[in-house]
Amino acid sequence: MNDQTLNLCLLFSSALFCIGLITTLSRSSTILILLGIELMLNSANINFIVFERTQPDVSTSHGTLFVLFTIAIAASEAAVGLALLIALFKHQRSVVIDDASQLKG
Amino acid sequence: MNATLLITIGVTLISSAVALSLRNLIHSVLLLVITWIGICAFYLIFNAEFIAFTQLLVYVGAISMVALFAVLLTRVAPSTNQRNKQSVTRFIYALITGLSLFSLMAFAVLHTDSPKEKVEALPATVYSIGKALTEEYAPALMITGSLLTLAILGSVLLAAHSPQSKENS
Amino acid sequence: MTLSATYLSLIPLLPLYAAALGVLLPKKNKHFVSSLTIIAMATSFIISLFALNQALKNTSIHSTYNFSWFNLGQESVRIGILLDPLTAFMAVMVTFISTLIFIFSTSYMKEDENMKQFFCFLSFFASAMLGIIISNSLLLLFISWELVGLASYLLIGFWFHKPEAAAAAKKAFLTTRIGDLGFLLGILWLYHTCGTLLFYDHGHGILEHHVLASIASQATIFGLPLVTAIGLLIFCGAAGKSGQFPLHVWLPDAMEGPTPVSALIHAATMVAAGVFLIARMYPLMQADQFIIATPFHTLTIIAFIGAITALLGALIAGSQYDIKRVLAYSTISQLGYMMMALGLGSWLAAIFHLLTHAFFKALLFLGAGSVIHASHHEQDMRKLGGLSKSMPITFATFSIGMLALCGFPFLFSGFWSKEAIIHAAYEWPVSILPLIISLIAVALTAFYMTRLMGEVFFGTSRADHHHHTHENKAQMTVPLSLLALCAIAVGFIGTPSWPWLQSALNGTPVEAEGLFKGGIVMLGSILLVAGGIGLGWVLYIRNLRTNAHEEDPLETMIPGTFKLLGSRLKIDEFYTATLGKLNTALAILSNGLDRYVWDLSIQGLAKLGQLSGSINYAMDEEALNQGFNVTSEKIRQSGVQYSKAQSGETHGYLRVFAITVVILTLLIITLWS
Repeated sequence: MNDQTLNLCLLFSSALFCIGLITTLSRSSTILILLGIELMLNSANINFIVFERTQPDVSTSHGTLFVLFTIAIAASEAAVGLALLIALFKHQRSVVIDDASQLKG
Repeated sequence: MNATLLITIGVTLISSAVALSLRNLIHSVLLLVITWIGICAFYLIFNAEFIAFTQLLVYVGAISMVALFAVLLTRVAPSTNQRNKQSVTRFIYALITGLSLFSLMAFAVLHTDSPKEKVEALPATVYSIGKALTEEYAPALMITGSLLTLAILGSVLLAAHSPQSKENS
Repeated sequence: MTLSATYLSLIPLLPLYAAALGVLLPKKNKHFVSSLTIIAMATSFIISLFALNQALKNTSIHSTYNFSWFNLGQESVRIGILLDPLTAFMAVMVTFISTLIFIFSTSYMKEDENMKQFFCFLSFFASAMLGIIISNSLLLLFISWELVGLASYLLIGFWFHKPEAAAAAKKAFLTTRIGDLGFLLGILWLYHTCGTLLFYDHGHGILEHHVLASIASQATIFGLPLVTAIGLLIFCGAAGKSGQFPLHVWLPDAMEGPTPVSALIHAATMVAAGVFLIARMYPLMQADQFIIATPFHTLTIIAFIGAITALLGALIAGSQYDIKRVLAYSTISQLGYMMMALGLGSWLAAIFHLLTHAFFKALLFLGAGSVIHASHHEQDMRKLGGLSKSMPITFATFSIGMLALCGFPFLFSGFWSKEAIIHAAYEWPVSILPLIISLIAVALTAFYMTRLMGEVFFGTSRADHHHHTHENKAQMTVPLSLLALCAIAVGFIGTPSWPWLQSALNGTPVEAEGLFKGGIVMLGSILLVAGGIGLGWVLYIRNLRTNAHEEDPLETMIPGTFKLLGSRLKIDEFYTATLGKLNTALAILSNGLDRYVWDLSIQGLAKLGQLSGSINYAMDEEALNQGFNVTSEKIRQSGVQYSKAQSGETHGYLRVFAITVVILTLLIITLWS
């Protein structure tokens, strides 16, 4: 692996992160916001794996395990988030996030 | 520059970019599935098999299902799903934010010197991962286990069908 | 039997207990209370007789019972009671006359509704008077002195609803108060010099040789010896109480009280207290006799003031129309005699005259009371007359009293006592003036008493209503008779041929001097008495007054002088014009000071307090509270502003997150090096 590849991969993960960020910030549907957050988590995982594979710490495999746990957590978070979304839907009959603005000051 | 790598990266990015802009939610979710598959392929290129299959199993197998169910359960009339001025403004703000962050991170990446020594990575076998999980990361494993249990319980509670509510079909 | 201190102290205490008990009982028990006080006074009289018996066994000693009253740091104030011949004679006289007057009052005050109170006051007075007599301490004497003054005030103003009586009581109190001020100063000075106020204290009392010798040598301000100054100050008190010139003005006005009061207090006892005081403190008064380098001696001053008072009283008495006023001025005149006797160096003559005067003056006042009671409270003698026929006992006893007062020779007590005084005046080395003055006063006394007798008892009745006046009951006539008897008998204990009283008082053996010692003077005074009575006879008994509005014969003869004397030499008006105005000016000044200076400064302080209070309030209310309120309001408003950040748009929040991450990353990159 040379520097160029490394840089490319890191740029890729940055781009993915930003795409996920843009999704979260611009879509009004709650589902897509949550999926954008999943995308951001994924890009962080990519970053970990890239660094682990190219410049690893030989004695341990921290990166892999971290990613493992991140995937687990992200999954549970997605489940809970989507359950919340369903509960919210039952209350306000739409998934547009702008409708959930009763707490404004 | 590996061609496979480039193709994988391209597919992933394009599918995710398109997923972000589609109006139809089911199409968005399906394109995201493609994105996740692309990421899995990326892991495979880097010899992180276990992670790749975990990603496949979890994301493509479970989360996409959950997302699809959520989309299907919360269908509304398409008339509310329109572009308007507010969403355009929002999109521009988001774009500015995303592009500034990307430029920042790109700057950081490109202006950082890589280390002089190259170290070869060990193969990440299932055995080694399992060993590490049960010895070193045992507490984390157990906590994650209980967290997942709680998440299941919580989401079931939250989304449970309450007798008075009517489903929108 | 020897008298212990307990029995001796019972003499003043018994009437006091009777008075206290009487005060506590309700008004309708007046007869019980009057009987109680009479019994108490009679018991005191009996104890006094025993005391006299004991004192006469050894006349030169003074038996004292001293005890410590309270402690002032290291020193203790000691008081005590005393038994010597002077005390015993005075106690016997006071208790005897008081008992008789109490009995008289039961009939005189019978119609008065406050009779019970009257007896309580009388008893209280008697107890205080006896306190003066038996006291061995100048302090205890002063306390009793003031109580006597209080009792006098209460009794003069007994009919307080009469404005004249209330004014007279106040005048009496104030005038004697002025005298008491000098007295108090004398007491304090004496205590400061000697450290004790006991009269006889086994050699350390103020009347004993040791102390007197030590203070006689001290000189004081303006070249006046210490003893002279103290003596004069103490004489001030005596002058006030005994009605000497110029403090005599209260005595005639004190006649507004009931007649028994006038008899007891203003004839026999209280006014004699001043004379008694000087007699008691005679060693102190005499202590400056041997000091040559002094402008005057105490006793000289006393003699001259006494002489002036004697003449003054006698002059004014001849121009008054009210029976009691005549007798009041007569009292003033006789008190002047007693003071003069003290000043002339013969305290024995003074005490002798005091004792005889007590009896016949009380008799005269009670007789006047009897006349007034019988003629339904008519006191103007122009409206009386012819009472010799309708009130024979009163007439007889009154005549005896009048003759005693005039000094009718040989038989009556007044003659012997007055002779003793005139004799002392004759032998005084300093000046012949008191002798001349006293002889003139003798003539005048005879004259005005004859005038009184003529107007009241002789002729026909000139009363407005022509009521039938009749003799009073036994309760009034028996005391009169007893007093008349004493007026004759008491004289015989002090005649020059057998001066038993003088020797008893003095503690020396009896020295008989023969009946006609100093015969020329005695002859002269007898002639003057005869002349006075004769003149009175001519003017008032030979030409009897026929109606009430006729002019007095004296007035026709010497109209200007008569008018001047009748207006009491205008002394009261003089006092009003000078001292009265001074007092009013001082009062106005004090009022102004109090109202505008002290009050204003206190108000200023109050306003200062108010000011600090209002500042405090302003600070608290305006500054703190308002500041607090304003601050809270601003915080609330800023909170309102802050809450606008909660727009409710989730995307807005997310945007903020993202931008913050960007900025933080920038900061980390640029600053982390």
